[in-house]
Amino acid sequence: MTYLKFTRGMVSALALVAGVGMAQAKTDIVVGMQLEPPHLDPTSAAAGAIDSVLYANVFEGLTRFGPDGSVNPGLAASWDISADGTVYTFKLHDGVTFHDGTTMDAEDVKFSLDRARAEDSVNAQKGLFAGITDVTVIDPLTVQVTLGAPNGSFLFNMAWGDAVIVAPESIENIKTNPVGTGAFKFDNWVQGDRIDIVKNPDYWGEPAKLDRATFKFISDPTAAFAAVMAEDVHAFAGFPAPENLPQFDADPRFQVLIGSTEGETILSTNNKQAPFDNIKVREAMAHAIDRQAIIDGAMFGYGTPIGTHFAPHNPDYVDLTGNSAYDPEKAKALLAEAGFPDGFTTTLKLPPPSYARRGGEIIAAQLRAVGIETEISNLEWAQWLEQVFTGKDFGLTIVSHTEPMDIGIYANPDYYFQYDSAEFQKIMTDLTAATDPATRSALLKQAQEKISLDYVNGYLFQLAALSVANAKVMGLWKNAPTQATDLTAVYWAD
Amino acid sequence: MSTGSLMRAALTNRSLVIGLALSLIFVGAALISFVWVPQDVTTLDIANKMKTPSAAHPLGTDHFGRDILSMIMVGARTSIAVAVVAVVIGMGLGVPLGLAAAARRGSLADEVIMRGNDLVFAFPSLLIAIMITAVFGPSALNAIIAIGIFNIPVFARLTRGAALSLWTRDYVLAARVAGKGAVRISLEHILPNVTNLLIVQGTIQFSLGILAEAALSYVGLGAQPPIPSWGRMLADSQTMISFAPHMAIFPGMAILLTVLGLNLMGDGLRDLFDPRIRRDRR
Repeated sequence: MTYLKFTRGMVSALALVAGVGMAQAKTDIVVGMQLEPPHLDPTSAAAGAIDSVLYANVFEGLTRFGPDGSVNPGLAASWDISADGTVYTFKLHDGVTFHDGTTMDAEDVKFSLDRARAEDSVNAQKGLFAGITDVTVIDPLTVQVTLGAPNGSFLFNMAWGDAVIVAPESIENIKTNPVGTGAFKFDNWVQGDRIDIVKNPDYWGEPAKLDRATFKFISDPTAAFAAVMAEDVHAFAGFPAPENLPQFDADPRFQVLIGSTEGETILSTNNKQAPFDNIKVREAMAHAIDRQAIIDGAMFGYGTPIGTHFAPHNPDYVDLTGNSAYDPEKAKALLAEAGFPDGFTTTLKLPPPSYARRGGEIIAAQLRAVGIETEISNLEWAQWLEQVFTGKDFGLTIVSHTEPMDIGIYANPDYYFQYDSAEFQKIMTDLTAATDPATRSALLKQAQEKISLDYVNGYLFQLAALSVANAKVMGLWKNAPTQATDLTAVYWAD
Repeated sequence: MSTGSLMRAALTNRSLVIGLALSLIFVGAALISFVWVPQDVTTLDIANKMKTPSAAHPLGTDHFGRDILSMIMVGARTSIAVAVVAVVIGMGLGVPLGLAAAARRGSLADEVIMRGNDLVFAFPSLLIAIMITAVFGPSALNAIIAIGIFNIPVFARLTRGAALSLWTRDYVLAARVAGKGAVRISLEHILPNVTNLLIVQGTIQFSLGILAEAALSYVGLGAQPPIPSWGRMLADSQTMISFAPHMAIFPGMAILLTVLGLNLMGDGLRDLFDPRIRRDRR
């Protein structure tokens, strides 16, 4: 018995020690996410997973997105815009250094912008920089950007992850060793498993509250569920299985964050492939789709129906779901009118996310009900990018376009769904030139209506931002105005 | 042995009777599904998703509101079709190879056939199946081919082994003396005497085929939606197992019972066909 008592005493003593240790707020976090970045240079790839890890944490731009999608000052403390709207003079923050100790000044800004807009640039969003005609260094903390024409969204463009400021000294190895100016420094990347970042003690702004953060890549939804339940990860951004959220919600250990994303989830349609080159066929498909059934069946109710390619939380959004109301009889009539009274067969290529795989099965059933047969093939992301996005070898596909304010993709006739409308392209040219907020708003509404009535794609729903976190983790973004997991303000409550 | 005594032996063999009954239930369900199912499996009814078993849906509904009983019945078709064709491929190619190898024992042909078999045998079969479907695209047809290829060495080895001992028998010697060629002897004297073994092994391979099809569908490489498949039903239910367990339990039970049934049937048939075992039991 003495032995037992002794052991008990030891156990309670240990518990006491442990308890004292626990009382202090944790300063490290493990964040789960589904996709691993292919490399770590946000300025040379379209992969959103790169920004999900590095945006705002490691890399910063002249401006940056806030949690609500607003454009805030970043490395630029302030700016002046010339009366004609073509010259932007940025005043940079003083005393900013890159993680390798080199100074961040106007030369670095010039280098980054010139690199992104260069002829041979591999930037995935070259359009953001297309209007820049000149970048001039006035003094080390002042840089002047001249545009060919006024561009109302220039400051917004500069907030993108593709427009972050990089240094010529560290650009060579940026893909494996990213060196930025952010509140966190890149530490370690174990490929296939995790990326570690640590607090930057020399940060110029408000320092990070965490000392260390780990991004853990878990692609399987079941494994993601288990990892959160076992508290192996403290937060999961973009949780892949919406059906599990009620369980987390009911568990006091966790908090569920449901916000909005910029992800317009659409039934992308190959506008150049017969029979989709016929607007009547596209209109028929639009009426054959029951959005609510897809939201309920694929997303377990999380998502907002959309009738055009625009985020519903944007002030300029127009609800155009009425243009494509669910009406299978009308769909059949339109198909007959288009010359397909017995329907037709096409391909439906689905990338891995559950909105696409499950949504695809539901859409296939809905299209079958009006006579359109689909051959479903499930693709991995790499295959999808190769066959659908680059190869344009598809009839239909389902994908969520998560870039903010990306209605401009419809002005590019070479974009994978190959919509070519001179009228729409004119609206976009006018929009770029317009700086007056009222004119811009009117043009944006016009653009939304144009693609809605041209039935370019099947507009399904706005993807919800679904995150699960430990109940004590504070400061996470609820909404996802851009691809980011901003940890700069995250801390553990006591 | 007369037919009557064989029948009697069959009916008193418990494994055979139970195994046959289980197997027939699933074959029956698959056949019935061609003419009637409780509910169409291609029509979704999202409003009625994940309902627990009730009178309208004896096994409940899945995440799209489809009737699970109907899904299992139609899924049985996929499983059985894949497994049957895979066994036919295995027997069709494996048995002639085995007979040839035995007839030319020790020759170069024998070596080539058997080492080729070893090669196929040595590869992890599921991995190769995944490779085949990854290259040629996932479909039920590619699953059949992948599973079928791995049945070939099983049947070739079995046939060769059994045939080798038969070649030393007196009646084969008599046939050779009578001037019959190797092909004729193989067909007339060897093959009929290995048939029992082949039927037993065929039953086992059939159950393994059903398991392999379920595994391939589970990883998304078998039959593609909207064709129901047991393996994909399990995969779909994976994240919902904690609040809709019936979605995983019933297709899981279907796989379990079918494989169990076929294995019992295989055991029973072996007892029945192998006179030595039967004598021991008496």
